[in-house]
Amino acid sequence: MFDFGIITKWIHDWLLSFMPMGLATVIECMLVGIFIILLYLVVAVIMIYMERKVCAAFQCRLGPNRVGPWGTIQLVCDVIKMLTKEIISIRSSDKFLYNLAPFIVILASVMAFSCLPFGRGIEVLDFNVGIFFLMASSSIGVVGVLLAGWGSNNKYSLIGAMRSGAQMISYELSASISLLTIILLTDTMQFSEIVMRQEDTWFIFKGHIPAFIAFVIYLIAGNAEVNRGPFDLPEAESELTAGFHTEYSGMHFGLFYVAEFVNLFIIAGVAATIFLGGWMPLHIAGWENFNAVMDFIPSIVWFFGKTLFVVWLLMWMKWTFPRLRIDQILTLEWKYLIPISMLNLLIMTIVVVFKLHF
Amino acid sequence: MMSFTYLIVVIITAVIIVIAALGVAKAISPRSYNPQKGESYECGMPTQGKSWMQFKVGYYLFAILFLMFDVETVFLFPWAAVVQNIGVQGLVSVLFFLLILVLGLAYAWRKGALEWK
Repeated sequence: MFDFGIITKWIHDWLLSFMPMGLATVIECMLVGIFIILLYLVVAVIMIYMERKVCAAFQCRLGPNRVGPWGTIQLVCDVIKMLTKEIISIRSSDKFLYNLAPFIVILASVMAFSCLPFGRGIEVLDFNVGIFFLMASSSIGVVGVLLAGWGSNNKYSLIGAMRSGAQMISYELSASISLLTIILLTDTMQFSEIVMRQEDTWFIFKGHIPAFIAFVIYLIAGNAEVNRGPFDLPEAESELTAGFHTEYSGMHFGLFYVAEFVNLFIIAGVAATIFLGGWMPLHIAGWENFNAVMDFIPSIVWFFGKTLFVVWLLMWMKWTFPRLRIDQILTLEWKYLIPISMLNLLIMTIVVVFKLHF
Repeated sequence: MMSFTYLIVVIITAVIIVIAALGVAKAISPRSYNPQKGESYECGMPTQGKSWMQFKVGYYLFAILFLMFDVETVFLFPWAAVVQNIGVQGLVSVLFFLLILVLGLAYAWRKGALEWK
């Protein structure tokens, strides 16, 4: 399987051959920044196009199909339209907080985004406390949402922000407990290491019953954390117009919109990495020829394939279930998901301590 | 530690994304001035009073509960990373830890803190 670390090492050596170490480091940092921006935009475009097409398929429509082949140019047109809209900020808002909110939301999603291992050798942030860092950085997003709602000085925004604050922090608990369940199996929190440990079997198969329960809980909690699906009441358009971003227009709104879709991708990417093996191909012990064929498929294709499959599951959830009320959401989290995930953690501990896994 | 350098790069990148998007939009978007556009969006009626007001206390109750459980999760992360090495002792110790926590949750449940009124 191709290791993208070869390319980065080659660039590093090539730069060092004609310039000092310091300058080479600066240029590498700029390359990393450009790579992140490009990948971020590509993922956002893919996600928005996929959302429209999947939504249309679930509602027996065609979706965008006029601009370009199968409507693929539609997204470019939308971006240009968004850029040419006037940015209106209302008079009575708290200007500083109002303008700060998009920065925090984008910062949280970019920081979490760069933790993901996209392929063999493509990792930007690869800390030894990777999962912990990811949970920490993605929860900064709540602050941005609350600031957006509070700074707008609008009742819809305030209600939307309060709801999403209560919901996002609540569901973060069961999401992190279900990730903990898998850390028990690996004894590491580094993403690249976690992927390497899944060379023989993916963790969802290795951890059998508790891992599967954790996977389902993580999908539900992740869906609630990005304010989507049946849990989209922070921006329930039929009662709150647009929730916390009611007062944002043009590109200001576009940033929230992009961050929401990339956050969905991050949730799916983490689920794919932790439970479904990340970029590691499907290996079955003893089937040498099968494993060799699977190794031919590039690691990026594996990662994006698994991630988009999980995204598709989440979209299926979104377009199937009706929206929940705030009390139902909090009941689901505090009275069902947290006790179940704690019990699941205990079961997983027993499985790990007594070596009952595959 | 190259990763920490990249962390700074990532933070700067995020700020650049926002500034670039807003800058381009400010540069090419049309502009018109109208006092009506500065009003907040509420049903077409003039807004009554400010929105910075006292809010339902139930949300803060859940925030406090979240704080308790989040700190607990922080304590569990290092435990989870080493439990394969310490074996049965790790199981017993976390059993007591979770027992105390579940008692806390049960107390909150019993007191009606989890009800939405």
